[in-house]
Parts: sequence; structure tokens; C-alpha cells
Amino acid sequence: MSDDDVAQVPSSAPATHEPPATDITDGGPDMVQFLDADGQRVEPGTVSEPYAAYLDDVDDEALRSLYRDLVLVRRVDSEGFALQRQGELGLWPSLLGQEAAQVGAGRAMRTQDYAFPGYREHGVAWCKGVDPLNLLGMFRGVNHGGWDSAEHNFHLYTIVIGNQMLHATGYAMGVQRDGDVGTGDPERDTAVMAFTGDGGTAQGDYNEALVFAAVAQAPVVFFVQNNHWAISEPNDRQFVIPPYQRARGFGFPGVRVDGNDVLATYAVTRAALERARSGQGPTLIEAFTYRMGAHTTSDDPTKYRIAAEVDAWRAKDPVDRLRKHLVAQGLVDDQWLADLDAEADTLADRIRRECQQMPDPPHEEMFEHVYAEPHPLVEREAAAFAAYMAGFDED
Amino acid sequence: MTTQKMTIAKALNAGMRKAMEDDPKVVLMGEDVGKLGGVFRVTEHLQKDFGEHRVVDTPLAESGILGTAVGMALRGYRPVVEIQFDGFVYPAFDQIVSQVAKMHYRSLGKIRLPLVIRIPYGGGIGAVEHHSESNEAYFAHTAGLRVVTCATPEDAYWMMQQAVASDDPVVFYEPKRRYHERGFIELGEAAPYELHEAVVRREGTDVTLLTYGPMVKVSLAAAQAAELEDGPDVEVVDLRSLSPLDLDVITASVAKTGRCVVVNEAQTFLGMSSELAALVQQECFYHLEAPVLRVGGYNIPYPPSRHEEHFLPDLDRVLHAVDAALAY
Ligand SMILES: Cc1ncc(C[n+]2csc(CCOP(=O)(O)OP(=O)(O)O)c2C)c(N)n1
Repeated sequence: MSDDDVAQVPSSAPATHEPPATDITDGGPDMVQFLDADGQRVEPGTVSEPYAAYLDDVDDEALRSLYRDLVLVRRVDSEGFALQRQGELGLWPSLLGQEAAQVGAGRAMRTQDYAFPGYREHGVAWCKGVDPLNLLGMFRGVNHGGWDSAEHNFHLYTIVIGNQMLHATGYAMGVQRDGDVGTGDPERDTAVMAFTGDGGTAQGDYNEALVFAAVAQAPVVFFVQNNHWAISEPNDRQFVIPPYQRARGFGFPGVRVDGNDVLATYAVTRAALERARSGQGPTLIEAFTYRMGAHTTSDDPTKYRIAAEVDAWRAKDPVDRLRKHLVAQGLVDDQWLADLDAEADTLADRIRRECQQMPDPPHEEMFEHVYAEPHPLVEREAAAFAAYMAGFDED
Repeated sequence: MTTQKMTIAKALNAGMRKAMEDDPKVVLMGEDVGKLGGVFRVTEHLQKDFGEHRVVDTPLAESGILGTAVGMALRGYRPVVEIQFDGFVYPAFDQIVSQVAKMHYRSLGKIRLPLVIRIPYGGGIGAVEHHSESNEAYFAHTAGLRVVTCATPEDAYWMMQQAVASDDPVVFYEPKRRYHERGFIELGEAAPYELHEAVVRREGTDVTLLTYGPMVKVSLAAAQAAELEDGPDVEVVDLRSLSPLDLDVITASVAKTGRCVVVNEAQTFLGMSSELAALVQQECFYHLEAPVLRVGGYNIPYPPSRHEEHFLPDLDRVLHAVDAALAY
């Protein structure tokens, strides 16, 4: 036998994939949770207790409004999916299952707080007042984003995994230099949020961002949506110690929160943002959730995951959960729910219509905005392009 | 000898399979290359057939993929790594340019890095940004790397095996919008061409199109359109290798036709087409009836996909340049 023979695999070689021994829907004892899968308020134990105060001002109206956001965000998402299927969009990354993670985080932010999203944060965009049409336009290929990030304090989507984590950290370092941390003025103190997924935690930029943030004690909150899949790769391909536990090693606290419980994500994010704004440095939040749909409309998850897993998570649905709670508490009635559905329909109709009618940008526009100042090569090519196109008109 | 019809994606897969069968040191690494078989299914079934040791779903980190591939190569393996899309190679740029490209030189030839870096590249698929780039010039510019690209299933099959067999690092660009184009492959015989050989895909007498990857098809279509219109007789050279360039085939063609147009998707400024234009004018100066012209992407970032039909060279733009070359 040649010494090349790979049949001689030593016993220390890494194990092959066994089906997960543990229940992957179980976030473990460290997970902050206020509403269980049936919508029952959970008596906060020692892990959740420190966050309970952040729900004190969440009155009935606030609960209904959180639910409204969950429903509308889900509707925006399903409309995006449908529009892609109808050929109106090139691609759509669905947030299905992650509504509570995103709405809780988004609603916890103050206006001046700045968000750096990946590409799936449609729910955070919604909370920051970005019209869903802007997101649709990007996935339609009309522009590369195009919304005014300074107006919404919501940065452009960042598709290259991990890049935005450093941008958020640097932005937070700017906030520090402006003195907008720890003044005690709630209108002035500012925090930054950086969003990524479980796969993103493997990337170099992510790890560098955590180092920089810790060293600078920057007012930034890293929000990792652990939806358990990075396209086809499960958590065990990305890390051995979960993201919330790794935060401590970088030098700041990490919290695992039930990402399908909007009360929990809201409370935990509020606490972390307050910590950041008051000058106590970064926090990492791991929202324990699940990607219910395909990675994007281009993906076929049946190739790599089993239906039973998806079913197990469906039973923990974030939107149903809050509805059950509201109904059980008598905070909403059928009429209220029907009105909300009607509102969602109206929203869906509008964005579908406006998306379908969104014109292609005039082609000469592709030469705009390459540089802030005039650039002769771009100008020359734009002119040559115009002349070339005019040639067709003459024919 | 058996002839099979298959797509470029399947041919790449078959080429890797053959390389893995022939050499147990060949290991595939990348994001989603295992169970999923890659987002384009180019590595489909290989993990099932060769196991998780030889087809590795890596953590999501391109610098990590390249850096560990270097280490595996130092330990005697022949890693074939997949970068999921052209626009995601940059986190690995440092490893490729600073380490992969230079290690043989630095070690006075004692260290060989037989890596293949597979990069699906180019546009035309209606994708969001970072999924449509043609960044081959960065790597062709870097001494120490070999850079090749295929345009046919036959080349996909054979060039992949040749790239794996090379003792130098090879950046292997795969024309993603052509993945599903079909063609015939003779299996079992020796490769029809050397890895770094350019091939005349269509003979002509009036003008040479130098092209590669996804633009070979467009160039051939332009040549045919010219013929149908009783226009110029266009020769099409598929470069296949971007570093090194096959100067013999290139200069022989241009010396014959006296005119040359370079066609690629990449932005022209300081791109492959710049180098080709410079070389052709230097080597074929006395044969040239016209300046070497270039058809490529405009010098802007890859635009939103609704612009790409105008950003990417098409048949009309190629013919326009052919006419311009003939008009001199
Ligand atoms: C640097 C980089 N490499 C690869 C990709 C391709 N890609 C897009 S999404 C994705 C998986 C991301 O998984 P995760 O971070 O868990 O986020 P999720 O998509 O599940 O929200 C990959 C590999 C990319 N966008 N950027």
C-alpha cells in the first residue's frame, strides 16, 4: 500500500456529520425568554430577570404595535418572495422566521442609533423607516441600494459577509469622538448596531470588529441572528463555542436571546443599547432563531436539511406566538386582527404595484456617481456610450 | 474512447472527479461544496463519493480557506478551493497575492504550492452586486500565479485536470453564465491542448478577435453575423490561458489578419485587454493595419443588473469594433 493511501485515515481525524444529538430548537439555560412558544409569559429566572425592567413600559398599545410590525414585515417579505417568483426581482432573501429578532432589535433602537445590516434585515429596515420599495428596487437590479442611509440611520445592505461589522465599529468610534456617549441625554447618546448571521461569525472581518470594538470600548451592539444555517452549512461548520459565549473572550458580554420572542429581543437589545450609549462598551447578542425558508430564492434547502427540523421550528413561530399572547390576554379581538390583515393587504398591494411599475433606470445613469468629483475617463466613456446608442436611433 | 455530451458545470465536476480518483491527495475545500455540491452544483455528489475528508465544507471565511489550503499544500495535499462568487475572493486576496504567489520564489523553489483556486466569474445572470465581476486581471498581474479560463465543456474537463496536476498555483476562472452550455467531450484520451495553449475557434482572414471565457460565445456569434452579412471574415482566438499568454498563437493570428480586437467582460482600464493590446502592437507592429481596439466593460463598478445588457459587450458592440478596425 502506498503511503499516499487515504484509506489509512488516523483515528484522530475529524468525525463525520452525525445528526445533531441535541434538540437544535433548544437554546439552553442561558437563553433569555419572556414568551414561550405558546405565547405564555414565562416567569423570568435569573437569566432573564435583569432584562425584565426593559419591558415595564411596554403597555398594551406597545404590544399591539410590536405585533403589527411583525405582521407587516412578514407580509413585505412574502411579497418580495412572490415578486421574485413572478420575475420582477432577480433575487429575494427571505427573513421568514426571523421577524421577532429583527423587529425587537429595530424597535429597541432610538432614532439616532445607527444600523449596519447584512442583506436580510428587512425587518430592521422597516423599523428604521426605510420604504420596502427601496429594498425591492435593489433586488430588482434597479440600483445597489439607493436609500438615504443618513436619513434613516440605516446603512446600505452589505452583501460581502462580515464587512459591515467593521464599519459599525468605526462608526461607533466616531460617535465616541463626537462625545455622543455617556452624556445622560437620551436624545443625544448614540449607539450603533451591526447585524450578521451565524456564518458571518467565522469571517475575519467579524472577528477583527469584535477586537476593535473591545479595545475601543466602542458603543456598538453586535446582533448575530443565529438562524442555524449559512446556506447549506449548519452551526457546527462555523463554530464550536456559540457566538454569545465567545463574546466574553473578546472582552465584553454576550447574551443569547430567544430570537422568536419579540419581547425578549426587544428587552435585551434595549439593555445592550443603553449600555453602549452610556459608555460601557459593546455587547454581543445572539438571537437564537431559524431560517424557515430557503437561503434565497436561488436555493433549494431540501438538498441539505430535513423537514422535521423545519417543522419543529414552525411550532415556535414568532408571529403566532405574540398573537396567541394578545388573544389570550384579551388585548386584541377578531376585528382588530382582521383590520391588521387588511392593512397588510393594502401594503402588499402598494409595494407589488409600485415594484411592477418601477421603470428601468435610463442606461446612461450607470456612469453616474462613480466618483464624487469629475473623472475624465468616466466622462469620455459616458459620451462614447451616448454616441454609440444614438447610432441605433439613426438606423 | 467514449464521447459524452455534458454541460460546463458537469464537465468541471467530471474533471475534478477524475483528478480525485487519480490522486488521493486532491482535496476540495469551500463554502457549501459538500452536501449542497456548491451553489452552482459544480461539486455535486463529490462529498458523497469521496467523503468529508476530501470534500470539505469550510467555515465562511475566504482568507481562512486560502490560508489553510496553503498549509495543506505544505503538508503534501493538492487543494482545489472554491470561491463562491468572484466578488468574494477579496478577503482571500492577501493570502493569494502575498503567500500563494510568492512561496515558490521565496523558498528558492523548495516549496511547491499545487493549489487550484476556482472562481465562478462574470455577469449576465441578473445578480445583485459582487456576483458578476471579472477580476482576472488582479491575479494575472501577480507574478507567481497561473490564470486560466474555460469556454467549452471539453476545456472545462481537461483544463481542470491539468490545473490540478500543475505544481504551480492556478487560478481557474469559470464562466458562470455558461455553466449550463453543453458540448461534447472525448473522455479517456489525452487532453487535446496544453493548459496554456490558445486555440483558434474560427478561422478568418480580415480581423482577429482575442477573447476568452464567457465572451468566446459572443465573439463567435459576431463572427457568424459578419459572415451572414457578407461582412469581414473574422478569426476568433480563445485565449484559455491569461497567464501565461500564448504569444505564438496570438501573433500568428494577428500577423495573418492584420487587425485585432480584444473582447472581454472586464473593465478595460489596466485589464487583460490592455496587456494584449500592448503585446500585439509590440510583436505585430509591421503587420497591423489598424490600432488594436478593445471591447469590454465600462470603467465603472459593475452596475445594477438592469444595466448589464449595456455594460457587457454584446454582438453589436463587437461588430461595431470590428467595423472600426476595418475602417482604418
Ligand atoms: C465574503 C462572502 N463570502 C461568501 C458569500 C456568499 N454567501 C452569501 S450568504 C452566505 C451564507 C451566510 O450565512 P449566515 O451568515 O449564517 O447568514 P444568513 O444568510 O443565514 O442570514 C454566503 C456563503 C458572501 N456573501 N460574502
